[in-house]
Amino acid sequence: MKYFKHIYQAISTILIGMGITFRHLFQKSVTIQYPEVRLQLPERERNRIFVNIDDCIGCDQCARACPVSCITIETIKAVPGDIVGKTGVTSQGKKKSLFVSKFEIDFGKCCFCQLCVFPCPTECIYMTDVFEYSSYSRDGLIYQFSDMTPEMVEEKKKKLEEYNIEQAKKKEAAAKPAGKPVNIQPPEVKPSEGENKAQ
Amino acid sequence: MTEIFGSDLIAKIIIPIPIALWIALFALYAVLAERKISAWIQDRVGPNRVGKWGLLQTIIDAIKLIQKEFVYPIRADKLLFRIAPYLVFSATFLGYAVIPFSSIYIGVDLNVGLFYFFAVTSLGVMALLIAGWSSNNKYSLYGGMRSVAQIVSYEIPTALSALTVVMLSGTLQMQKIVMQQSGGIQNWFIFGGPGDVSKYLLVPFMLVSAVILFISTLAETNRTPFDLPEADSELVAGVHLEYSGMMFAFFFLAEYAQMFAVSALVSTLFFGGWQSPFGNLIPFLNTPGMQFFWSLIKGLFFVFVQIWLRWTLPRVRVDQLMNMCWKYLIPISLANILIIGVYIALK
Repeated sequence: MKYFKHIYQAISTILIGMGITFRHLFQKSVTIQYPEVRLQLPERERNRIFVNIDDCIGCDQCARACPVSCITIETIKAVPGDIVGKTGVTSQGKKKSLFVSKFEIDFGKCCFCQLCVFPCPTECIYMTDVFEYSSYSRDGLIYQFSDMTPEMVEEKKKKLEEYNIEQAKKKEAAAKPAGKPVNIQPPEVKPSEGENKAQ
Repeated sequence: MTEIFGSDLIAKIIIPIPIALWIALFALYAVLAERKISAWIQDRVGPNRVGKWGLLQTIIDAIKLIQKEFVYPIRADKLLFRIAPYLVFSATFLGYAVIPFSSIYIGVDLNVGLFYFFAVTSLGVMALLIAGWSSNNKYSLYGGMRSVAQIVSYEIPTALSALTVVMLSGTLQMQKIVMQQSGGIQNWFIFGGPGDVSKYLLVPFMLVSAVILFISTLAETNRTPFDLPEADSELVAGVHLEYSGMMFAFFFLAEYAQMFAVSALVSTLFFGGWQSPFGNLIPFLNTPGMQFFWSLIKGLFFVFVQIWLRWTLPRVRVDQLMNMCWKYLIPISLANILIIGVYIALK
């Protein structure tokens, strides 16, 4: 009897399965034909970062917040009287005193955690909805956001150097009349003697 | 055919050509159908980039396969390795010789046609074993061994269930078997063949016979749920593991050709072959031209069922496979033969 039960079970379950697959034959497919049809991305999606360099004050807070160190920022101090960027202020009216000579994000390293976005005092670094930026080389994933040309960087560096020298001279000139010693040398320690004693 | 071409020799040369073309065309589009149907069953779209609805997809695939380099495994038996795919294909192609496509079109109408069909299609198993052995790869060898075990076992229920039709029709000649089923759907062997009202007693037994024939031919073509010889997840790809390019394509061609051959066999034996289901009610549907249509459409329907089953059922284990054959299919088909024998004796 078990024998016939097995046969019955096999046939009936196969027919049930075939019925299910046959119904699915005519169901609408769930595939989204990606490059042509795109899903609406969620409101707070985290994809490629964008930096609005006009608002950046070069405070380095995003680079410090980054857990994978993918942000590199280099800055040059602005000489008094020099205007940083086009207007010298951010869109919120904050004064900019640093030239951002290099603002580099390596998206090969970036983990899209958004931790760099929150500390930014001027809200100039934020997530965009761009996620299609694959590249044939790793260098292609390193994005430069600074709008300064190498010549400008050189110029600003020179300016700062000149200014520093000038300031140092002024300081010297101001310090000499007071008769204070310019350098106080710390007492020298001879490391070789110390080593010998230890032996 | 001799009357049309004038000479027997020319007819013998020309007759296989349309079949070969049909096999190539069928294999190309059966692969596409397989992919499309699997996609639809799984609520996907399937290939749709190359040509309208992906119609050129498999043609492109075939061109790619032709271009590919042929790679030998370094310790393979070169001669056997090279001839195995052709042997597999020719074994299948030989089977087509006795498949009636129309009342005027059959390769050779042998008086032992059915016997010949079973004899040559089981040659394919030898070629599969050659392929598995000569690849010098353990997975290929396992695949070859499994296919031998499987096909040799399933030969028996195939032959036994086909025997029921032979007992009723009293002939092994394929054209005669089809001719006996003329006169409409009620004379097909699935409904007991031609005869008086008492033949309807046979319907359940003929149905069992047809199902057993279908299941065991499914196993002979190495299709899921009986695709143990090529079980992708266990044996990588079984016998065609080491093959590349055109050699690999030949295994595929043979597999799909075999699919259609066994489907045509099932339709010839039980579903009237090239006979129109309406008999002579509409004479136009029974002209030789339309007979091609009927034989192909019936064959393609069973190919569809094979594909449908493949995407419904998981693969069986080796012990389940053997259990099913020896404990279920063979005893049932033997009992079937006995019942039909009793019917014939009493009539």
